[in-house]
Amino acid sequence: MISAYLDFIRIRFLMMLAYRVNYYSGIIIYAINIGAYYFMWRAIYGDAETLGGFTAMQMTTYVAVSWMARAFYFNNLDREISNEIRDGSVAVQMTRPISYLMVKAMQGFGEGLFRLLLFMAPGMVVVKLIFPIELPADPARWLVFFAMLWFSFVINTQLNIMTGLFAFFVENNQGLMNLKRIAIDLLSGVILPMSFFPEWARAILNWLPFQAITYLPSSVFTGRLNGADVGNALLVQIVWFAALLVPIAWMWRAARRRLFVQGG
Amino acid sequence: MLAIDVDRLRKQFKVQKNREGLKGALLDLFKREHAEVAAVKDISFQISQGEICGYIGENGAGKSTTIKMLTGILVPTSGRLLVNGYVPYKERERFVHGIGVVFGQRSQLWWDIGVIESFRLLRKVYRVGEADFKRRLDELVETLQLQELLNRPVRKLSLGQRMRCELVAALLHQPSILFLDEPTIGLDIVVKTEIREFLKRLNREHGTTILLTTHDLQDIEALCSRVIMLDDGRIIYDGGLGELKERWSKGREVQFQFTAPVGLDAANAWTRGMNVRWTRENELTARVWIPREMNVSDVLSRVVGAAEISDIKIFETNTDEIVREIYKTGSPEAKEALRD
Repeated sequence: MISAYLDFIRIRFLMMLAYRVNYYSGIIIYAINIGAYYFMWRAIYGDAETLGGFTAMQMTTYVAVSWMARAFYFNNLDREISNEIRDGSVAVQMTRPISYLMVKAMQGFGEGLFRLLLFMAPGMVVVKLIFPIELPADPARWLVFFAMLWFSFVINTQLNIMTGLFAFFVENNQGLMNLKRIAIDLLSGVILPMSFFPEWARAILNWLPFQAITYLPSSVFTGRLNGADVGNALLVQIVWFAALLVPIAWMWRAARRRLFVQGG
Repeated sequence: MLAIDVDRLRKQFKVQKNREGLKGALLDLFKREHAEVAAVKDISFQISQGEICGYIGENGAGKSTTIKMLTGILVPTSGRLLVNGYVPYKERERFVHGIGVVFGQRSQLWWDIGVIESFRLLRKVYRVGEADFKRRLDELVETLQLQELLNRPVRKLSLGQRMRCELVAALLHQPSILFLDEPTIGLDIVVKTEIREFLKRLNREHGTTILLTTHDLQDIEALCSRVIMLDDGRIIYDGGLGELKERWSKGREVQFQFTAPVGLDAANAWTRGMNVRWTRENELTARVWIPREMNVSDVLSRVVGAAEISDIKIFETNTDEIVREIYKTGSPEAKEALRD
């Protein structure tokens, strides 16, 4: 059984390799984004030493690592699941002795792994050469970062799966998918770190899963969180991972019982 | 032993009602109205092991919904359901090891990878041993002649090639029941025949139980010893194909080829007082439908006496027409007659 799931990872990895144009255009998009944010933040900082608790150096590192992490955790599972529900091909997949959602998650992981190895790792080297960024020297911090990156992927995938499954309950969940996409980019801290939000907004965001996707791992990586805070950040991720399993299981059950008309 | 045992099976869907006009659309935005629609209405039937059973009915009669319940995709609203000794939706992952499913309109192969890669993946999904897999694959590839296709990606296959690959994909794990939802849709006659031959052989050699839905009644005639006919969610006929034909063949048709042009009015005049129906095919050709209780020769003698004829052909009503008739009339008496 495990080997079947591993195969789904492998095949998605190979598929990503096959579509090379997507790969190259992805590199360009990320390079432009990192560059644009780098110059924007430099302009904002001006002569200022620190803003929102970030030094300029930390901010550059934060932007670079956040976008690189995004390359790993980002996937289009919501769109894939929603399409498969709408065109009815989810039915075919249910006739296999394998969990549909698990297969989807594995395919997402294959995609993430591809970008981690062929995109994020070389990208990080290039970024290091071009921009003044500061990588952590402590190997333990790298280790924790990769553990947190793994949970970023898991939590983001869970949110994607939930968004995708909404297609069972509504006729068109395009709007919801767009909303989710913007919510994750904006509220997870890719575009703006949490510490720049006003106090009241931060209080709300602390209770949402989005910060666990980018802000927490990137803060650990840039050295803004230390000691016990690192453990806490990891704990927040684990709690969100466990908490999000509940609505997914519920939605899946409800979906099978209730609506399955689409596509006859 | 029974392969499929269905007792008062029912499936209801909640369907959104869309109100009309701008006002209705605005109201819908805040409060949706739902209607309960029953797609399958308390049907019961049993299928024994090794049987090939055709499941027919108009579009929307509830065929696909039934298949989806039998394969564990849908959860029934009520009723009892036992397939291969399992309640499909309850123990889905264990249950599906024993069944194979082909949906004619959707692919179960992975679009972007080679056919053989799909098969290998399925081997792992179904946990088939390497030796078993190889033996089975060789056998299937040989009977369906897929040798040259194995390395091509699925998206480059023609529909006929793809459908043969779908069959292999559904059979690699040696299921004892095969569900086919319109397996021959869109295929040319050669491929259709090949697939029918293959299914017959599968049933003969491996004793596989087959349940197929189709709109092509030649599939049924070629394969099935038994048909279940569905209309509006209810079973209106369950029995042999021969019996269906006998009970429903309401008459014969005679085609005349005349030497001079003949109009419908003239033809009707010849058979005045007879309960027959003329249709004109072209200037020189016309058909007359004769009900079962009437003698063909009576009609023939009148026509022969009235016009010069170059050719005559007599047609028994075929299954297509019978079924079309049942679908079309849909009259309660007709269905009553079938049910008793």
